[in-house]
Amino acid sequence: MNVVTPPSELTPKDFTTDQEVRWCPGCGDYAILKSVRSTLAELGVQPHNTVFVSGIGCAARFPYYMETYGFHTIHGRAPAVATGLKIANPELDIWVISGDGDSLSIGGNHLLHVLRRNVDLQFLLFNNEIYGLTKGQYSPTSRPGTRSPSTPMGSVDRPVSAASFALGCGSRFVARSIDTLQKHMPTVLKRAHQHKGASFVEIFQNCIVYNDGTFNRFTDREVASDNQIDVVHGEPLIFGKERDKGLRVRPGSMELEVVTIGQNGISTDDILVHDETNRILATMLVAMDPPAFPVAIGVIYCDPADSYVDAVRAKTAPLGNTVGKSDINALLRKGHTWNIE
Amino acid sequence: MAVTAEEFEEDNPRSVLDSVVIRFAGDSGDGMQLTGNQFTLATALAGNDLATFPDFPAEIRAPVGTTFGVSAFQINFGASGIRTSGDMLDVLVAMNPAALKVNADDLRVGGLAIVDTGSFSKRNLDKAGYAENPLTDGSLEKYKVLEIDMSRLTRESVKELGLSAKDGLRCKNMWSLGLIYWMFGRKRKPTVDWLKTKFKKLPVIADANIAALNAGHAFGETAEMPAEVTAYTIPPADIQPGLYRTVTGAEAIAWGLVAGSQLAELEMVFCSYPITPASSVLHYLANMNEYGVLTFQAEDEISAACAAIGVSYGGSLGVTSSSGPGVALKTEAIGLAISVELPLVVVNSQRAGPSTGLPTKTEQSDLYQAVYGRNADSPIAVLASRSPGDCFDTAVEAVRLATKYMTPVMLLTDGYMANASEPWLIPDFETYEPFPAKFRDDPEDFHPYLRDPDSLGRVWVKPGTPGLEHRVGGIEKSYDSGHISYDPANHQKMTDVRAAKIDGIANDIPLQEVEQGEETGRVAVIGWGSTYGPISRAVSVLRDEGEKVSHIHLRHIHPFPRNLGDLLKGFDKVIVPEMNTGQLVTILRSEFLVAAEGLNKVTGQPFKIAEIETAIRARLED
Repeated sequence: MNVVTPPSELTPKDFTTDQEVRWCPGCGDYAILKSVRSTLAELGVQPHNTVFVSGIGCAARFPYYMETYGFHTIHGRAPAVATGLKIANPELDIWVISGDGDSLSIGGNHLLHVLRRNVDLQFLLFNNEIYGLTKGQYSPTSRPGTRSPSTPMGSVDRPVSAASFALGCGSRFVARSIDTLQKHMPTVLKRAHQHKGASFVEIFQNCIVYNDGTFNRFTDREVASDNQIDVVHGEPLIFGKERDKGLRVRPGSMELEVVTIGQNGISTDDILVHDETNRILATMLVAMDPPAFPVAIGVIYCDPADSYVDAVRAKTAPLGNTVGKSDINALLRKGHTWNIE
Repeated sequence: MAVTAEEFEEDNPRSVLDSVVIRFAGDSGDGMQLTGNQFTLATALAGNDLATFPDFPAEIRAPVGTTFGVSAFQINFGASGIRTSGDMLDVLVAMNPAALKVNADDLRVGGLAIVDTGSFSKRNLDKAGYAENPLTDGSLEKYKVLEIDMSRLTRESVKELGLSAKDGLRCKNMWSLGLIYWMFGRKRKPTVDWLKTKFKKLPVIADANIAALNAGHAFGETAEMPAEVTAYTIPPADIQPGLYRTVTGAEAIAWGLVAGSQLAELEMVFCSYPITPASSVLHYLANMNEYGVLTFQAEDEISAACAAIGVSYGGSLGVTSSSGPGVALKTEAIGLAISVELPLVVVNSQRAGPSTGLPTKTEQSDLYQAVYGRNADSPIAVLASRSPGDCFDTAVEAVRLATKYMTPVMLLTDGYMANASEPWLIPDFETYEPFPAKFRDDPEDFHPYLRDPDSLGRVWVKPGTPGLEHRVGGIEKSYDSGHISYDPANHQKMTDVRAAKIDGIANDIPLQEVEQGEETGRVAVIGWGSTYGPISRAVSVLRDEGEKVSHIHLRHIHPFPRNLGDLLKGFDKVIVPEMNTGQLVTILRSEFLVAAEGLNKVTGQPFKIAEIETAIRARLED
């Protein structure tokens, strides 16, 4: 084996290929790419031990821009390919890159099962609520009324919530970030990488051409601090420009409500403290949406469990080139045999 | 319960027969498949050649007593080469009226029907659709009918064991087996041993089954049989010496894949989604972890194929398996494996279609799907097994081609072959030539679409290898760098090289041999897959009569062996028997411009020897 010693200090450039990035100018994917490269550099992962697997869509071009191993597969199937890859080669550090159409429409089934099985990989879902690569049709996450080439009168079907879906699938790690949050995203990606099992990260990503501004209701500078809440384990769920708003369980009811600290006798002590191991809380947090609630970002749920490949490999005798011809001969002779003279 | 001695003195001499076809038929809950399998084993141990045909309904537990719930197991055994499960029945064991109704037409005139009169109630006759009792209305006059109240005799044989009436009656299949063992001089001990093992935790059930088996046997020895019913001897067949076992196609596929992986020095991950009749391959492999095999039951057929591609991308051997409808779902993924040039073995246990079709019935109608059934110009290698035992070597060959040529390989078997068993001369695996997979680890002048100059196979790199980081995908890539390329001339070049790679396999496989007969003559009968048995027998019958007929049977269907076109041109007529409406015949005509004629059957049942024989005779007389 030819051993190539990686440079001791990796930089984002070490994860950059010589391929020209071909997303539209201003696409949110650029920011995500930048964030992922810098995260990997900071984590100091080995490029040769890292694999990016993608399906089809704008996001799915991602592997071509990462100086690691990469596999650009077919529409919706990246989780299945990644599962096979992880079974074959459990040492690899696998990132699946996908979009809302790829993962929640054509590939919904595979997303369900990769999360349920808890295959140890990072799953980044770039949600732009639109089909970009096929030129602007509405997607399963588009808001009702979305006018698109395939829904000129406005879409009528109700959207799926990616993070709610992930929790429903039994995902043990659900987090969110936003393409423009260059400080926030690496912290989430690092937690996702650290988590053993399937780490699901939804990234709100602006499609500047076909769905520009769809997330403005919580990403615009003027409303962001009032309409976003960055949840941190062990810290009170406080948000707002003045840091005076908080979440609590509405007394006498099984639902969250937004309260203002200092009004109606509410103090900081009344505010719910984030517990990322609480699935019920996570379920309520991911369902929040403006104007009544802020959108939750950060690590919303993290409660590790056995990962699939470890469990499968634990039940299996150590594999390798230990099987000889004599073993095969013995196999063929197991059970009833008889000799013809 | 003591087992009676095997060697017993018989008063009456046994008649000698050359071969016999028996079918056990009953309700799907009557244990006919177990009965048939036990008879198969006992018959193999007696040194007869044999072939079997299990035929069961798609419903797991169809309503009791109905015709669509009838399950049957047929075995043809004899003293000379047996190639098929037999055309017409010599003996039919019918456990109820429905079984008689469904199967009586297959009994030859003068054949023996053994019926359980205990099950011929008004209710069961109604359920089978008999207006009159066939045992009394004269409709069975052309057969010999042995009426025995097996239900009562079975209950009596186990009554000392204190079983419920229902559990007691469940031993009826063993009672009937005991009678048939007596009739054909089979030894009971292997079945007794098998029952003891199977019911290790339920010794009473084991004892009851053994008691029923012995009682059926004793009945044959002692009962006053009608004059025409007697015991027979079938002399051992003249079979090639060596160590034998019985094997089903599904077992042989499983072992062949494991053996192929061993020769390739690769771990295998078998990724599959349950589907009839392919699931048994998954079941066998799921028990073979100690041979470097992992199995992955995927969420669907697409995932199974994609996971297998992920496995091969990771540097192990990815295998997926299904039947026609499932293979249809895998099609896009197979295209990906063609484009990224990774090994992928796809096993198709064909069944009758289209759509859900007849899931438990056999057909060979996925040949077009295998050879042509993908979008775009997307050639793969296609192989077909001819018999249960042959599945072993074809599976090994599939692994060899997939890993050497970095390509998907479709291996065609069918529902008949997957479930049927035959005696198999166990090969000595030490004589198999290894074909270790090669992995690139040298970064010098590397790009991911470098090719082996001889095989044109793409370079294989395990992710995790330092310095060889690269990207692959389904988008067209540059011949010279592996980068995405939309260049028109490059796409032509890549399409050409993908085709040339598969065509080149023809240089790496044996020339087509003639199974029986000369290399030129009046008629060539060319087949593929499980039609091997009936074609072989039909041709040998005609050759014994001095006819200039030859049998050619293909293992490699895409590409064909280099000499096949010339070989076919040496015959006046070419007949292609297939269990489809004419797929190989069309491919042969288009490939070689030969006037090949089809002989086609799509009843969900294998060809009878006589059907092929008659067709050949007609051509000979033209």
